[in-house]
Amino acid sequence: MSELKLNPYFGQYGGMFVPQLLVPALKQLEQAFVDALQDPAFDAEFQHLLTEYAGRPTPLTLCRNLSPNPLVKIYMKREDLLHGGAHKTNQVLGQALLTKRMGKKEVIAETGAGQHGVATALACALLGLKCRIYMGAKDIERQQPNVFRMKLMGATVIPVTAGSGTLKDAVNEAMRDWSGSYDTSHYMLGTAAGPHPFPTIVREFQKMIGEESKQQILKAEGKLPDAIIACVGGGSNAIGIFADFIKEEGVRLIGVEPGGKGITTHQHGAALSTGSYGILHGAYTAIMQTSDGQIEESYSVSAGLDYPAVGPQHTHLQQIGRAEYVAINDDEALAAFQHLAMAEGIIPALESSHALAHALKMAAAATEPMVLLVNLSGRGDKDLSHVHSILEQQAAATSANNTPNGAH
Amino acid sequence: MKRYQQMFARLAEEKRGAFVPFVTVGDPDPELSFEIIKTLIDGGADALELGIPFSDPIADGPTIQNANIRALAAGVTPAISFEIIRKIRHYNADIPIGLLVYSNIVMARGLESFYSKAAAAGIDSVLIADVPLHESKMFREVAMAHDIAPIYIVPPNVDDDDLRAIASYGRGYTYLLSRAGVTGAETKAAMPTAELISRIRAYNPAPPLLGFGISTPAQVADAIASGAAGAICGSAIVKILESNLQQPATLLTELKTFIGQMKAAS
Repeated sequence: MSELKLNPYFGQYGGMFVPQLLVPALKQLEQAFVDALQDPAFDAEFQHLLTEYAGRPTPLTLCRNLSPNPLVKIYMKREDLLHGGAHKTNQVLGQALLTKRMGKKEVIAETGAGQHGVATALACALLGLKCRIYMGAKDIERQQPNVFRMKLMGATVIPVTAGSGTLKDAVNEAMRDWSGSYDTSHYMLGTAAGPHPFPTIVREFQKMIGEESKQQILKAEGKLPDAIIACVGGGSNAIGIFADFIKEEGVRLIGVEPGGKGITTHQHGAALSTGSYGILHGAYTAIMQTSDGQIEESYSVSAGLDYPAVGPQHTHLQQIGRAEYVAINDDEALAAFQHLAMAEGIIPALESSHALAHALKMAAAATEPMVLLVNLSGRGDKDLSHVHSILEQQAAATSANNTPNGAH
Repeated sequence: MKRYQQMFARLAEEKRGAFVPFVTVGDPDPELSFEIIKTLIDGGADALELGIPFSDPIADGPTIQNANIRALAAGVTPAISFEIIRKIRHYNADIPIGLLVYSNIVMARGLESFYSKAAAAGIDSVLIADVPLHESKMFREVAMAHDIAPIYIVPPNVDDDDLRAIASYGRGYTYLLSRAGVTGAETKAAMPTAELISRIRAYNPAPPLLGFGISTPAQVADAIASGAAGAICGSAIVKILESNLQQPATLLTELKTFIGQMKAAS
């Protein structure tokens, strides 16, 4: 049997669990990626797009007012300022260049919050690729502005009504499409999950987040941070900021999963917190499943984290004890969302608000000086109407509870 | 595994090909599903291909996705699926029964547990839709230890290295894909040329059965004329179920007629 060029596993996690039909397409992608990494012209073009088009490097901001504890400094890596509004743009530019390198003219993608869809649409508009984006019907409803953005940039958005109508189902449909169209289309997977070589490619095309952060924090503090905190859905922003620090053993790496309504409720998306392993979307990794192996539907207030699995490298990092994974629930994330807006004049994505909420908890509990680095992976514009309606409902519920019986 | 050898030996004597219908076990509910599978046998099926319902069947088109959804909604678990299959095995001792499953169902309680239950239910082969050659070793070893044939898929884009490996590891039969894409009668089978089948046959794999997009007797005849050992038909059968859910008697009559026509073309 023909061999792979790269190791498809992270410890025992990962692999390439796809129909045999898709294996040649994944091998072609792996070959294109390996060749590209050895081609200075590819790197030059990628770097050019990142700086001149997307706006890299992004700043590192020291919060002036956010930290609840004078002992603790909180820095934020400002991926929210990247063109497109989130870190997703980084790796999409890399994969779009790979698409052209493979001579393919069309792109398929899935999207949850719409951030990867927007990133895919902009990269395809820029580089003259035709794209179709699968998005869960429920996500289309809660992320309207991003749907409009994708359409404005020429993408076709295909609603997926199967299953829960969220990211998992959109991935299923994208893979089904790809199994019939791999000759002409590239599947631009949006996170560091899925079958080999996607977890490796996405990490390599996101690792500048950590590399830049390292230089910036060394310049600002003269030392590395005590901990790095990032939200984890599939795990691309987290692996992007972790990658360059994995060898720095003094730096704690903390991934924050969506706790939804609480990880004891089944209404969450915290695959790593459940300690259950299996195969979903091509990789052996932490997943949410029943004892029979049926995939469970995840839940989170944040569409971008609403996914019942996680990238295999995170499962490996957890297993070997190099990274820790915690869960933050909806209410804590919503509070952090508002807190950052008030304290610093920055509206974060609901996804990134999970990381912030955990940083705030750590800061409040600190008894010694501490430097925290949070990956502010995206901006919250896309979440405004969703959060607005949640806050209005909460306000209405509160005032109803405060109204004495019979009095109107 | 020997049931496949016996079937192919019998068909060789008859100078005919195999007709193999597929349904999802437990669709639309366990009781009717049992009657449906019996009807497949009574209608003339040479072997059976049966799916265990799964929440995320990425290799399947809408028709078989809906079959999975119906069976799951009826509460069908792997344990109930094995129970139905055990009854089918009791009904017919000789027909080869193959399972078509997704890897997470096989992994959930461990490979040893899955394959030993499959063997106990009287299953002859297991095809895992999302386990390609590269990842197949551990599954193949446990399957062989339980005398269950590991089935490999040969897609139209297969290279010679993979073909050689598939020929050496596969048992029972070889699942030859007629085309790219997912299961479904919406996209017709693209008949592989006799040249492709003879290129595959040159590696001497287990007999190739052609599947994906086979929905008419003429396609079954074409598949066999091009050198396939038989044909597998799924979505066209599941469509008969889907259109007759409220009238089980009609469902079974129509199904038996269709199976008879497909078998006659083999």
